[in-house]
Amino acid sequence: MTVTAPSPAPSAASPSVPSWPLIQQILRRSMTSLRRIPAAIIPVIVMPIFFTVAFSGTFRGLTELPGYPTDNIYNWMVPYACLQTASFAALASAFTLGRDLEGGFYDRLLLAPAARWTVPAASVLWAMIRALLPLSITLVLGIIGGMTFPGGIAAVWWLAIGAFAVAALGSLWGLGVMYRLQRQSAGGLVQIGLFVVMFLSVGTVPLELQEGWLPHVARLNPLTYILDMARCGFVGTCAWSDIWPGLLAIAVSGVLLGWWAERGWRRLVP
Amino acid sequence: MSAAVDSTAAVTSGHTFTQGVALSHRAILRFARQPSSWIPATVFPLLLVAVNSSAMGGVASIPGVIPPGTTFLMFLLPAAIIQGVMFGGINGGSELATDIQGGFFDRLVASPVSRPAILIGRLAGAMAFGLVQAIFFQVVLLPFGAEVRGGIPGRLVLLVVAVLLSLGLGSIAAGLAARTGQPEAVQGFFPLIFILLFLSSAFFPTQLMSGWYQRLAELNPITWMVDGMRVQVLEEFSPSAAAVSIGVCLGICVIGMTFATRQLQRRLAVAS
Repeated sequence: MTVTAPSPAPSAASPSVPSWPLIQQILRRSMTSLRRIPAAIIPVIVMPIFFTVAFSGTFRGLTELPGYPTDNIYNWMVPYACLQTASFAALASAFTLGRDLEGGFYDRLLLAPAARWTVPAASVLWAMIRALLPLSITLVLGIIGGMTFPGGIAAVWWLAIGAFAVAALGSLWGLGVMYRLQRQSAGGLVQIGLFVVMFLSVGTVPLELQEGWLPHVARLNPLTYILDMARCGFVGTCAWSDIWPGLLAIAVSGVLLGWWAERGWRRLVP
Repeated sequence: MSAAVDSTAAVTSGHTFTQGVALSHRAILRFARQPSSWIPATVFPLLLVAVNSSAMGGVASIPGVIPPGTTFLMFLLPAAIIQGVMFGGINGGSELATDIQGGFFDRLVASPVSRPAILIGRLAGAMAFGLVQAIFFQVVLLPFGAEVRGGIPGRLVLLVVAVLLSLGLGSIAAGLAARTGQPEAVQGFFPLIFILLFLSSAFFPTQLMSGWYQRLAELNPITWMVDGMRVQVLEEFSPSAAAVSIGVCLGICVIGMTFATRQLQRRLAVAS
């Protein structure tokens, strides 16, 4: 009789276990659910259309305000609609996480022989990939509506950076909430947070035209600077002074929300 | 046997009102005890009004858009009321779906409770919430300058519209609940209503829209309803404008009640 020593169980943090295959599998699963569940794909397609059409159609008259930065409402509203719907990608990611936590699937994911950080990383990555859809849809609708690109290709570049950043930051916020509350219904809280941040920014009008308390709050809101960056190529040419505050806002928010998500993660996986 | 059935029917119809009141009481209590149902319905419209009145206050300076001496906050008051009512009405329907899903509806059906009382109870809860919302928004926004130039009659019009709209939207949501038995399906109705609200004069004057969007907004019955309410707020009490608003709400009520009654009958037929 030959006695073979059991092979050592792969350590969760072992560098020898590749993490990418797990991320790939999680992404593939998310892609499949998006394809197979019509209820999941409809908001991804319908909401960008709705926001672009509704914002541009309803608030077209804002361009008549003296000092409004553009006379083409699509140039102002398409980046807002794009970032707004990119945040829904983060929301969807949070709902999926809530479902997995409630249903016990997440526990099984954590047993996978790969570094544990890959599981939340896949959620953030999926939100960013999903943000490609609203980005494409809002851009196409904007072009159909007559949007122009005074900043050239840089307009699309910085809009894309803004959309991916909002999806990633929103996703980190969602992870933090979901890890703490561990149920799908907590998605409502994630949604409220995202909506509030979106509303209290320069979504519909620039800071200079806002009145009362709003500009003071909007000035403190990182999304204001991300939006300014994402819009720079649509209201003129992108100058470094439009971009660096946005990049700084992404970096600072990333650190803070990353910390928020990490603290929640530690509660779930001590 | 037949006599027994007749006597049960007599007892049931005789107690429709009492049972309706009891079920309304349950619906209102249940709603009040679940902050997750009424907090978003209160906070979201207020937030939207606060943000939009600050962001778009400058619109008041464009000549001919709103009467001189009025503010954009006053312009938005009807929108806040309608939004709050919308949330409440849909939540009422969603609660009926929860009752169906959780088995409470089956127990009600098995008991000698009057059938109309089931619907009346649920809708009365939504109407009560609509009334409270309409009063709440008027009171909370008053210190910020959201006065109603139509005075007490104008304010009463806003309350009547809110109650009727709660009944109309609540009955459509209840019909959906009876048909599907799933709260998610009822909540799915919300984006459609929100789209209709956006495609109207609720958040922005139609004079400043253009092209097909403006035409669509002007044809939207919600615009007629909102404009009728807005006359009471921005100008003076106007019976004709009030009649248009109330008429639109009554139309929604007739459609909603017909739909809800049919769907409830369908479900009851399946259950029995």
